[in-house]
Amino acid sequence: MDRIPILRMGQFLLVTIQVDLYDRLALDLEADLVKMVSKTGAKGILIDISAVSIVDSFMGRIIGNIGVMSKLLDAETVVVGMQPAVAITLVELGLPLKGVYTALNVEKGMDLLESKIQVIEDEIDPDDDFDADNT
Amino acid sequence: MISTLITLNKDSMSVFREQDVVPFRNRVKEYAVKIKMGLVNQTKLITAASELVRNMLRYANGGNVLIEVVSRGRDNGIRLTFKDEGPGIADISVAMKDGFSTGKSLGLGLPGTKRLVNEFEIKSELGKGTKVTILKWANG
Repeated sequence: MDRIPILRMGQFLLVTIQVDLYDRLALDLEADLVKMVSKTGAKGILIDISAVSIVDSFMGRIIGNIGVMSKLLDAETVVVGMQPAVAITLVELGLPLKGVYTALNVEKGMDLLESKIQVIEDEIDPDDDFDADNT
Repeated sequence: MISTLITLNKDSMSVFREQDVVPFRNRVKEYAVKIKMGLVNQTKLITAASELVRNMLRYANGGNVLIEVVSRGRDNGIRLTFKDEGPGIADISVAMKDGFSTGKSLGLGLPGTKRLVNEFEIKSELGKGTKVTILKWANG
């Protein structure tokens, strides 16, 4: 069975989608990535979609899901290399892919992931604050 | 001055499994490239086609798609007709609203698809099936 390979690079996971994804493959990738984040304790996922010519609402939802799921496991997701025609189509379709970070290319995506982790290490997450005022 | 629409080429394809989606998209792309459709329009057309074919699979277990190369005056375009024998749509005006879905999707399919193409027509009869026709001009 086909599978999209997931590469581990330091504390990040790297995925390059080189084929047109059919549904099963996309769903498998979603599950594999989430499992892999949990197993490796990766802090970030970088998905390169520069070879993907079509992102429809299903694919868009999968990408969004990966972002939200990995966030729950304390990892950030960056999507890189989107083709201009895909960006135009996604917005007209009504799917602006909120919730995932994007970068122009792999290099910038890596920088972005690293800066995200830096920020998280430097500051205390405000979401973790308990309501201290209840007396 | 409205010229009539002429069909230059016809092709049809059945889509009954999710594995058929990618070959179907490739077929649409071939025709779009043949009439020298620009990349952005190609992407819009194929994305629209992908949405509709997915609807067909999800709600009607598949159906048939007619792919036509059409011409009107000096314009060339691709017309796709998606025909299924599924349950049909009870209220098309509701189905065309952003955010409406009876399935577990985002409900962007039909209204989103309409925004991506030049012409969009949907006919449905409960219990009989649904027919969706879209048209995208090469430079539309």
